[in-house]
Amino acid sequence: MERQPSDDARAAAISLTRVSKRHGSGRAAVDALREITLTVQAGEFVCLVGTSGCGKSTLLSLIAGMDRPTTGQVNTHGRRVALMFQQPALFPWLTAAANVELALRARGVPRAARRERVGQMLQTVGLADFADKRPHQLSGGMQQRVALARALAQDADVLLMDEPFGALDALTRDRLHEELERIVAEQNLTVVFVTHNVREAVRLADRVILLSPRPGRIVEEFAVAVPRPREINTASVAELAGRITARLHREGTRSDGH
Amino acid sequence: MVTDTAPRRVVRAPAVVASVGSTALAIVAVLGIWQLVYLSGWKPSFVLPGPGEVAENLWQQLHEALLWAAIWTTMGRAVIGFGLALLIGTVVGAVISRNIVLRRAFGPVITGLQTMPAIAWFPFAIIFFGLHTSAILFVIVIGAAPAVAIGVIAGADHIPPLQLRAAKNLGLRGFGLYRHVILPGSLPMFVGGLRQGWAFAWRSLMAGELVVLISDTASIGVLLENAQNLSDMPSAIAIMIVILLIGIVIDAVFNAADQHIRRRWGLLEEQK
Repeated sequence: MERQPSDDARAAAISLTRVSKRHGSGRAAVDALREITLTVQAGEFVCLVGTSGCGKSTLLSLIAGMDRPTTGQVNTHGRRVALMFQQPALFPWLTAAANVELALRARGVPRAARRERVGQMLQTVGLADFADKRPHQLSGGMQQRVALARALAQDADVLLMDEPFGALDALTRDRLHEELERIVAEQNLTVVFVTHNVREAVRLADRVILLSPRPGRIVEEFAVAVPRPREINTASVAELAGRITARLHREGTRSDGH
Repeated sequence: MVTDTAPRRVVRAPAVVASVGSTALAIVAVLGIWQLVYLSGWKPSFVLPGPGEVAENLWQQLHEALLWAAIWTTMGRAVIGFGLALLIGTVVGAVISRNIVLRRAFGPVITGLQTMPAIAWFPFAIIFFGLHTSAILFVIVIGAAPAVAIGVIAGADHIPPLQLRAAKNLGLRGFGLYRHVILPGSLPMFVGGLRQGWAFAWRSLMAGELVVLISDTASIGVLLENAQNLSDMPSAIAIMIVILLIGIVIDAVFNAADQHIRRRWGLLEEQK
């Protein structure tokens, strides 16, 4: 499928309608998500923020189609969805290039075209010189870049990211924020990014969505009006992050009450 | 028995020299003690010959066609038997690892089979197949296939769930998932299973050649049996050394494969 043209940018990329998810059954059942209704526009960058266990990862699994909601509907409008995790989840027996290439093979891209595409993808994430390295020879940040290249190689319109930079040091994370922002703009990607780091969310997102602790519900949405390019340590980012954090704390104490 | 999968250190050039040196030291020590016991006159020399006499016997046998014919026969059986065990073990392991019901039913049987001494199968095999090579091959397969199957099952079990999720998100399903992720992902455990399977196969084969005597066929077992019948201790020890060396060489091949895979995967601690 061809990428959506930019004039299509107002179209919905992901529609969630009253989505609930219950893990397990009977008395042991746990409500992970309750009645989530959310629309993500094509080309939009949405961050989901919440404390641990608010069902953020479950929500991504549902959007990725790796799990089904108990009730409600998930519609990705026929778009290709790529998923990135906190761990790079690369295959240790393959080189960086071969890891990326596997995404192309899985899509049935012919061999001749694969080589060139792999080169482009690694170039995009700044790892052109590391094509022949295996994951264990790369730093954590580089591994996550390979994972990003692999996700891009899926030719996805929608990128789902589950705390992808959570395990990285601050400096590496800042650099990857810049690169992600650039790549998303270049390729007109729709992103749903899960994090518990509020500043990171404000740094990256067009819209920050706050989820309550289990069962996860949408508490509030914050549009991020800070103009790009942004930096994580500026006052405008900090100010909004402070407001979101305060709201998060209120929600947390309320939930602890019952 | 548990498959040995503990990470090993990378052996670098000085370490190789040191390792060869210590191996040589160990051999010299064993030969020295042997020579001392021989010189003490504890046993007459036809019961316990010295290392020199055995070495001379071995050297002589290495120049005779009989030993090479015997090695050829025995290694032929080893290759066929181990090949069959590999095939059967891999297929059984792959099927069982994918099916929960089969796994509950046959998992304990396979583990149980592995604990059974191969030699206990020979009366059954001899009655069933007669004094024929197939009796030996049968026992090799029975001895080695469970280890291979267990390697396959353990390998598939040890693939991190996150890697499987990643693979599924890439769109890999069915055969593609098996070929690109499960098969390569289980390789280290599989090689461990092969290595153990080989050890079982080699032991079963030696037992088999001593028990299932096939007339007019020179095999290592037959040579050993002949040496015993003739009370020819130098020949017996010389043949034992041949058996030991073959076992060590093959194990070294598996070890090299194992190390190669671990290095590629970054499972070895690099020496600073």
